[in-house]
Amino acid sequence: MTADIEIRNVSKQFGAMTVLDHLSLSIRAREFIVFLGPSGCGKSTLLRMIAGLEAVDSGEIAINNERIDHLPPGKRGIAMVFQSYALYPHMTVRDNMAFGLANIGVPGKVIEARINEAARILEMPHLLDRKPGQLSGGQRQRVAIGRAIVKEPKAFLFDEPLSNLDAALRTRTRIELAQLHQRLQSTMIFVTHDQVEAMTLADRIVVMNNRKIDQIGTPMEIYERPATKFVAGFVGAPAMNFVDATLNKSGENATARFADGISVQTEIASSQLTDGKYTFGIRSEDVRIVAAGQGNADGVVDVLERLGERTLIYARLGDGQQIVGSDAGNSRVAVGDRIGLAFDGQKSHLFNETGRAWHAREA
Amino acid sequence: MVDRLAMSPTATLAVGARTPTADIYAPQWRNFIFVAPFLFFFTTLLLFPLLWGMWLSFHKADTFSSGNFVGFGNYVRLYHDKVFLQSIWNTFYFVLLTVPTLALIGLFLALCLNRRTRTAAVLRTLFFSSSVLSVTIVTLIWRIVFIPNVGLLSTIYGWFGATAPAFISDPNLAMVGIAIATIWWCIGLPMMLFLSALQQIPQDIYEAAALDNANRWQTLRSITLPSIKRTFILVIIIQIVLQFQLFGQAWLMTRGGPNNLTKPIVLYIYDTAFRRWDLGLGAAASEILFILILIAAMAQYLVTRSRGDQA
Repeated sequence: MTADIEIRNVSKQFGAMTVLDHLSLSIRAREFIVFLGPSGCGKSTLLRMIAGLEAVDSGEIAINNERIDHLPPGKRGIAMVFQSYALYPHMTVRDNMAFGLANIGVPGKVIEARINEAARILEMPHLLDRKPGQLSGGQRQRVAIGRAIVKEPKAFLFDEPLSNLDAALRTRTRIELAQLHQRLQSTMIFVTHDQVEAMTLADRIVVMNNRKIDQIGTPMEIYERPATKFVAGFVGAPAMNFVDATLNKSGENATARFADGISVQTEIASSQLTDGKYTFGIRSEDVRIVAAGQGNADGVVDVLERLGERTLIYARLGDGQQIVGSDAGNSRVAVGDRIGLAFDGQKSHLFNETGRAWHAREA
Repeated sequence: MVDRLAMSPTATLAVGARTPTADIYAPQWRNFIFVAPFLFFFTTLLLFPLLWGMWLSFHKADTFSSGNFVGFGNYVRLYHDKVFLQSIWNTFYFVLLTVPTLALIGLFLALCLNRRTRTAAVLRTLFFSSSVLSVTIVTLIWRIVFIPNVGLLSTIYGWFGATAPAFISDPNLAMVGIAIATIWWCIGLPMMLFLSALQQIPQDIYEAAALDNANRWQTLRSITLPSIKRTFILVIIIQIVLQFQLFGQAWLMTRGGPNNLTKPIVLYIYDTAFRRWDLGLGAAASEILFILILIAAMAQYLVTRSRGDQA
């Protein structure tokens, strides 16, 4: 079973504080959607509103064109995996999974069959008679997912389900979740503040910031053509370089000029840019390290981060601004070296004062 | 390099110098000072009277002398004493009347008042307030309620042209009357214990249950009650130990009457030891009470533990 979910003009207030402000979003059937954003941006609240755990103050939510925002959580046909797993501590794994089905009168044989199937998919038949207290964090996580699977819901909701796992297990579970999605072909909504989870799992990412949706797009759209300065800075590690710039729009494409006279020829059409202050943005992998005097600007190396496959180089420009560039894994650059930085105009971005972004023409 | 270091005198010295701090869990006799005050009061006020009581129970003793050793004589006398046997039955009856009722009403109140409204807070305080009263006040209040003809109960019954049950003088109802007063007096503690247990249940389990289509009854039966099972046992044990020691209410409301039907063991001990000055017999009765409470509490503990709660 799968479902498309329509969120129309939804708002939410806690007391005097607005948490979500007139938000709209269409989720297609079988889609893996990730709500990404910093703490307090309202992403979990939105998920809980879809689940029915928070009331909708205004607007509506529909699943398969049927309004569900007035229905109690159990009647919406969705299943949720909580950050803390929320397993029933006094019930065995089997009972945890059976509880929701027994409550709606599913026959015992069907329950048994579904539990066995879920246990097989999640490779946990040996855990069925244990209680949550006897399981490790990763195993509890599986049980929580199993409890969702047996309900055969129209949509799965995940509320930061990987944040309590250690790094290695998180990576593995991430892959398993992706496989599970391919296998079940269900609509899945996943909330996280971890951009790696969002990039690796999502069909589309919904980047949320400050009560609103900043951008909805595929992971690569979000990464390569961020709609706002917030999205550009939030997605990607290390964060995008930002430098204050003035624009020269005399040519077909704008030229960005930094405070100390350095200029970068972008491939952003001048015609679409209005007057005003701009910020120039470029990702570290689009800043190549060259010999001093050979690039757009020269800088002195502050810090080196050797990541194995590449080396991140934190260089300080003449006016004191720091730029992160990227070099080969076996880079010979050392701290204190004077180097040249070559900016890729094709990959550079401009942001106006409100944070709106402009990018190079699409190839 | 490592070998050379290990053999050099400086290295040996360094290792030697570290040994005193190596085992921080080694017994330190000065730590005894910290437990000494407690140990002193525990020994003088608890252990010594307990042992002396046992010793007394094997002697024919009054206030002036500790008399002769009589072996199990006092216990044999108790066994043949109809009043004592009656008092044991009375005590059990009282415990049976009060403990389950206290646990159930306490749980019910806690379930009703476990919310963050002003009304709930006021009611919590109100229900707990009776617990701070002394037994004298409590019995006074309930005597006013129960007094025939002019009491509150009689007045209310009078409005409907009925006669109020004689809770103090009716042999069948006297113990029930004492139990009612006791429940009213003691309900605060079970309610508070249940409330604190309810507030420890993580909210997300309830959210999961809501998503699992559990109705109110299913949530109560499958989520709430199993989660507070340990507190339920605690309340039962505390109340058994407390209610076995019934004394003040019975003494002040009925003086143990009518016809010794509301005389609990502690009242029997008081009568025997401090009104008839038969200290040996009183001590023997105390030991019986001690063993009864011990058995009841242990049984409760063992029964619930053996069922296993491996959450």
